[in-house]
Amino acid sequence: MQNVLDNYESVMEEQVTYWYPCGYVDDFPENAGACVKYKHAQIAVFYFARMGKWYACQNLCPHKVEMVLSRGMIGDATGIAKVACPMHKHNFSLEDGACLTAELPAIATYPVRVENQQVFVGFNF
Amino acid sequence: MKIIVVGNGMVGYKFCEKLVSKTTYKKENFEVTVFGEEIRPAYDRVHLSEYFLNQDARSLELADQNWYAENGIDLRLGELIKKIDIHNKTVESHKSEIYTFDKLIIATGSYPFVPVIDGVDKKGIFVYRTIEDLDQMISFSEKIKAKGKNKAVVIGGGLLGLEAAKAVKDLGLETHIVEFAPVLMARQLDARGGDILKSKIEDLGIVVHTSKNTKCFAGEQDVEKMHFTDGSELDVDMVVISAGIKARDEVASAAGLELGPRGGVLVDEKMQTSHPDIYAIGEVANFLGFTYGLVAPGYEMAEVVVAQLYGENKSMLESPDMSTKLKLLGVDVASFGDAIDIHHEHTPIIFENRHEKIYKRVNISADGTKLMGGILVGDAAEYNMLLQIYKNGMPLPKNPEDLILGSRNGDGGHNDVSALPDTAVICSCENVNKGKICCVITDDGLDTYKAISKQTKAGTGCGGCKPMVQNILESELKKMGRVVKNTICEHFQYTRAELYDIVKIKGITDYDEALNTIGMGHGCESCKPVLASIFASLFMETANKQPAIQDSNDRFLANIQRNGTYSVVPRIPGGEITPEKLIVIGEVAKEYNLYTKITGGQRIDLFGAQLNDLPAIWEKLIIAGFESGHAYGKALRTVKSCVGSTWCRFGMNDSVSLAVKIENRYKGLRAPHKLKGGVSGCIRECAEARGKDFGIIAVEGGLNLYVCGNGGADPKHAILLASGLDEETCIKYLDRFLMFYIQTAGPLIRTAPWLEKMEGGIEYLKSVVVDDTLGIGAELESQMEKLVSDYACEWKEAIENDSIRKRYKHFVNSEDRDENIVFVPLREMKMPEPWK
Ligand SMILES: Cc1cc2nc3c(=O)[nH]c(=O)nc-3n(C[C@H](O)[C@H](O)[C@H](O)COP(=O)(O)OP(=O)(O)OC[C@H]3O[C@@H](n4cnc5c(N)ncnc54)[C@H](O)[C@@H]3O)c2cc1C
Ligand code: SF4
Ligand code: SF4
Repeated sequence: MQNVLDNYESVMEEQVTYWYPCGYVDDFPENAGACVKYKHAQIAVFYFARMGKWYACQNLCPHKVEMVLSRGMIGDATGIAKVACPMHKHNFSLEDGACLTAELPAIATYPVRVENQQVFVGFNF
Repeated sequence: MKIIVVGNGMVGYKFCEKLVSKTTYKKENFEVTVFGEEIRPAYDRVHLSEYFLNQDARSLELADQNWYAENGIDLRLGELIKKIDIHNKTVESHKSEIYTFDKLIIATGSYPFVPVIDGVDKKGIFVYRTIEDLDQMISFSEKIKAKGKNKAVVIGGGLLGLEAAKAVKDLGLETHIVEFAPVLMARQLDARGGDILKSKIEDLGIVVHTSKNTKCFAGEQDVEKMHFTDGSELDVDMVVISAGIKARDEVASAAGLELGPRGGVLVDEKMQTSHPDIYAIGEVANFLGFTYGLVAPGYEMAEVVVAQLYGENKSMLESPDMSTKLKLLGVDVASFGDAIDIHHEHTPIIFENRHEKIYKRVNISADGTKLMGGILVGDAAEYNMLLQIYKNGMPLPKNPEDLILGSRNGDGGHNDVSALPDTAVICSCENVNKGKICCVITDDGLDTYKAISKQTKAGTGCGGCKPMVQNILESELKKMGRVVKNTICEHFQYTRAELYDIVKIKGITDYDEALNTIGMGHGCESCKPVLASIFASLFMETANKQPAIQDSNDRFLANIQRNGTYSVVPRIPGGEITPEKLIVIGEVAKEYNLYTKITGGQRIDLFGAQLNDLPAIWEKLIIAGFESGHAYGKALRTVKSCVGSTWCRFGMNDSVSLAVKIENRYKGLRAPHKLKGGVSGCIRECAEARGKDFGIIAVEGGLNLYVCGNGGADPKHAILLASGLDEETCIKYLDRFLMFYIQTAGPLIRTAPWLEKMEGGIEYLKSVVVDDTLGIGAELESQMEKLVSDYACEWKEAIENDSIRKRYKHFVNSEDRDENIVFVPLREMKMPEPWK
């Protein structure tokens, strides 16, 4: 169980070794999330159309260790972009992955880049 | 100063807490050693029964072990003090170690009293006091259940006995209460009140035997039978004795300290025992001739002793207040002051409603000026206020019956917290008065219950004063000119009802427009579903129109389950289904290997569907004539029905046809919370319609319409809204009622709490729905009519639309399925792998 969680570690923009093209803007729902498969990892990608911003994080919720976060509702808490897990509504910051509602481990976040309508998520593996 | 505390229970802990929280406390000045016989640090015994829910002992802890160490207290758990030497001022532990003290605090609490009855030492007989007791009960009950036995008896129908009975019942055992006295809670209630309580307890499915004296327990090793002195007997598999408590004064007594006539260590108003350096506090102390089995007096005693140690002058003023409110789920019982008035000194005013099972009594002083005590059974909403009026000797309203009947000319005078004096004690557990609460609101600017409770500790004990603290907060803020509102979240500074009106008047039609014109920020999981629900109620738009603002279940039109798979619930109106449709459900379940279960709402739930399969599953169901059951939404769920007059020999009406009609009328209707209905063909009520948000029961002369009931954690019976109706009027009232609820309730507030908060209560609701005093009846009906005619099945929409179907891929960039989903076998079917 634990080792599934260990598969996910935050990647900073400067650590990126590979920008994976995961689809086009049209493939992603506006103001909501969708899940991307990269190697064996499941990554939740969120398109905040209102802000014109993109975020990515592990799809795995650290609370009950289920692949569900991409199906959560998104929004902001005092300006910080966040996702609410669909299972128990725990909130996680999409800026740094911190849990905003309980003392849960932070989730891993990944940088997203959009060029010519194509969406890339940055990985170092 | 060397202080020894014997006993690390609730009061022993409170003593430590009060000692170290003094601003002048210095670790160097006090050398505190605490001996506790139990193996864990003091825990909240008052909420002991919660242990049955989660078996989480840590969550009951009053402070963890580090807290003691951090505050310089040496906590010795699992050490029993067996001897006190009052001449040499030492105590001796069971390990025969000797410790000296300058001051000794005895806080040893009580034992459960176990009457001497033949066979009382048989296996399966328990008391109810410690976490260990509960652990033993739980494992024993599992043992007997495994053998197919399940009959439990609680001896004692007092406050604790009733609590124990509820707990035993929650363990899944058939529960009986055996009480020696002719009434339950004989110390707090009179015969009529006890009688109504009895019938309420019986409604919980607990059998009550009063006036029964146990002669002996029979059985080989385990208890098997109880014999009573009247010759009757009862088969049992487990017994819990809750026949009162007895002070643990044996060590004090052996040391030569003086005891009270009926036990307990005798103390004066400074809590000093017959030895000036030894104090006794909590349940073990006998003050003014009595011991006190409640925490509040014990806490006060602890405070008095702490004051002595700091050289302050403080004493117990009067005999402690024994007012009580039963904290059992679902049964309101309270008594205060001189409740029973054995000497007939006061004038009682009594209200009794056997139909609704409510009994209220207040005792007025002979001169008619003061409230002396009272009893509330079935509805204890007025308890806090009555207690205050009684304790503070406040003047009575002109018609004292208004105290329990409510003022009938609408000024609600006596229920106003602003009339309370600043000295009124609001939280008796922590002894916090109104003045202190007001002070943190006005001076420190606190404006939430949480903050006030954190700062003043009010509400951190039994929690009974929470509503009152909230009322004080609201009234103080109002005085300061601040409006108190339950705003939705940081993005919209409005209540749900206000938002509903604004959206309607401004003609706002989508979420972004709402954020841009009347909100701020980018929204969240609180305000998005609220607006989604409002749009649905105004325009009957399905969850497909603005998917991103739907709660995630509505976005996928299915209920997410423990492993991220979904459940599928087709609508089966009124629970009526043809064999052909049953076969289709079976075939679909088989094809997709789904776990199937009949729900409480008379339909069939198919579990374990993967996201990718949902559209195909629904396509098959829809072709067979099914529609979405909206089991995932805050929407109409089911209208349950009994079989009614078409088959049943008692039936007064065709309840199935009516249920089908109503369910089809309101299907797809979204609301602040889920909505359930029921229709029974006669008063035998086989459909349990009164456990629903709306229930119809056919009676001689027409239909009775009940509203605002629910099952769940806090069950409420629906209340009669109108009786003897024909079908058309019944539906008209239902339209008005539902629409009124949809427009005015807060988010996630079901009909029962909505009604509870409504000023004027059911009478007001009747005046709006039945008498149309607001003149909005026709408007409510026409709005409902529009929603009914605009209904569309959202699953049908979804499967017919390719872009919606796209939503059901697990990955946007791959056709793969989620390989992390693991099922394990469960009987002939399957279930998700358990959470670790
Ligand atoms: C199920 C239940 C529900 C209750 N509900 C309510 C309620 O709703 N409201 C209310 O006001 N009260 C309620 N009470 C009563 C309340 O819990 C007690 O009044 C309170 O716990 C008394 O505190 P105490 O410290 O005096 O005794 P206790 O909490 O019993 O603590 C005494 C401790 O001292 C230890 N001890 C005894 N002798 C020795 C010794 N010689 N050496 C070392 N340690 C020793 C004991 O093991 C025990 O841990 C309830 C009690 C129970 C059991
Ligand atoms: S997956 Fe769970 S189970 Fe989850 S936070 Fe999220 S809240 Fe919980
Ligand atoms: S409620 Fe009445 S009509 Fe309906 S099944 Fe029961 S007995 Fe028959």
